[in-house]
Amino acid sequence: MATQQTRSLARFMMAPSVVLLLVWMVVPLALTLWFSFQQYNPLNPIRDGFVGFSNYALFYSNPAFLYSILNTLTIVVSVLVITVVGGILLAMLIDQPMWGQGIVRILVISPFFVMPPVAALVWKNMIMHPQYGVFADIARFFGLQPIDWFGQYPLTAIIIIVAWQWLPFATLILLTSLQSLDGEQKEAAEMDGAGFLSRFWYLTLPHMSRAITVVILIQTIFLLSVYAEILVTTNGGPGYASTNLPFLVYQKALLEFKIGQASAGGVIAVILANIVAFFAMRAVGKNLDK
Amino acid sequence: MARAVTNRHKTIATIAAWIVALLIFFPILYTIITSFKSEQEAIQGFNLIPSGTFESYSEVQAQSGYFKFFLNSVILSVGSTILALLVAIPAAWSMAFSPTKRTKDILMWMLSTKMMPAVAVLFPIYLIFRNLGLLDSRIGLMVMLMLINLPIVVWMLYTYFREIPGEILEAARMDGASLWNEIVYVLTPMAVPGIASTMLLNIILAWNEAFWTIRLTTTDAAPLTAFISSFSSPQGLFWAKLSAASTLAIAPILIMGWFSQKQLVRGLTFGAVK
Repeated sequence: MATQQTRSLARFMMAPSVVLLLVWMVVPLALTLWFSFQQYNPLNPIRDGFVGFSNYALFYSNPAFLYSILNTLTIVVSVLVITVVGGILLAMLIDQPMWGQGIVRILVISPFFVMPPVAALVWKNMIMHPQYGVFADIARFFGLQPIDWFGQYPLTAIIIIVAWQWLPFATLILLTSLQSLDGEQKEAAEMDGAGFLSRFWYLTLPHMSRAITVVILIQTIFLLSVYAEILVTTNGGPGYASTNLPFLVYQKALLEFKIGQASAGGVIAVILANIVAFFAMRAVGKNLDK
Repeated sequence: MARAVTNRHKTIATIAAWIVALLIFFPILYTIITSFKSEQEAIQGFNLIPSGTFESYSEVQAQSGYFKFFLNSVILSVGSTILALLVAIPAAWSMAFSPTKRTKDILMWMLSTKMMPAVAVLFPIYLIFRNLGLLDSRIGLMVMLMLINLPIVVWMLYTYFREIPGEILEAARMDGASLWNEIVYVLTPMAVPGIASTMLLNIILAWNEAFWTIRLTTTDAAPLTAFISSFSSPQGLFWAKLSAASTLAIAPILIMGWFSQKQLVRGLTFGAVK
């Protein structure tokens, strides 16, 4: 029985977190919304004022906008496919009895702890560099022309880097889920003569479904806002070939000082994230009732 | 017979897993190897055996004052984590031990703040920081990192605290323990492992945060993320130095990460996968 006293104590204990997060959520978002209807240039304060929806119109009609949305979605979907499929396979492989399982786990999980700028620079310079990179060395070894990854396939290169960073996360979570699968159930299925594929399809995959959902949702949140990887490799180029929505907003805000348009872009990013968040919250919320 | 099959199976699995694992780890391994090469060696094609020179490491420090950035990373990640814990522990505590009808909604709402794209509020935050004189200050960034990770910290602590059995509290109360005694002698010892795991994961997340740490700093408060990003502008061939700087930047967190695999799963899935 919670008494009046403990209840008010509980409220008091929660207040700092709630207030901080409330301020952190409402104030910047309100400002973004406000700026999205303003003409505002920190370098030229004379022409400030309310401009209605013209920032949105400008941002939408900018050809870069369409590119950035397409690139954002391409990055999210490609990385999700690579990491989820790869993660399932890898988790099943690591789950097998083997020697040195602990070390294998450590090696596989490691990329997740590499900070994004380091990951991007290492891949850019030492792996994918068209002249000195390891890929170029391999290509030359087979007598092939090395690929200029960031010049010719900038988005693919970024997808590879981001997938490398997130594959460990997917693998680790799917492996954790796999290891909670009841061994007896597996044996029973084997006894009944279920082949590897049907065991995978009817037993393993359904068991992992929640973990897969969680991986997809959490990765989507982070993948929608890939930033540092683009900043240190292609800088969004060539042209807009590897500009995603966050990067476009950053360019508008801090490089071109078109604050109104950047804010309009920010509002769109929020809407995009909210669509994802809606599904994410439902999935996580279900788990709370358990 | 069965044993032979199992052993063969095990051998194949071992070989396959090790090959895949080494391929995935390769970029990190190659970075570490390259950091012990001279600049000349670093661009001479594929080579796994470095000459073992430490010159890149000393040059990174001499040319760019690496240690300052490292120190900033430590201060920011540890500082923001401690701030977050101070705010989050009471909240998670009360949610776990005296939940109300609204507890779940509050938790979900907290989580939803995590989904706001940073870039959407880039300029307002930039403006607020500039007007408060917080740009390139450690305090400002510390608060920022604290706010970003606060939902995860509350959630993670909540899932740990919830596992502490309530009966123990009742038993302590029956024995006449005061609220203070209850907290100090009964709850704290049981909560420490959960708090430690939360702390570890949060330090890792704060250390690797690469949006605000880059955008809100220039020199004084810049941590390793900003330092490494400054290498992106072409300054000639500097790969041994880049590797040395990278190795130093990821080594501490890599080692911490290895020890926190289990907590990582739990923290990053908000308790949905354990």
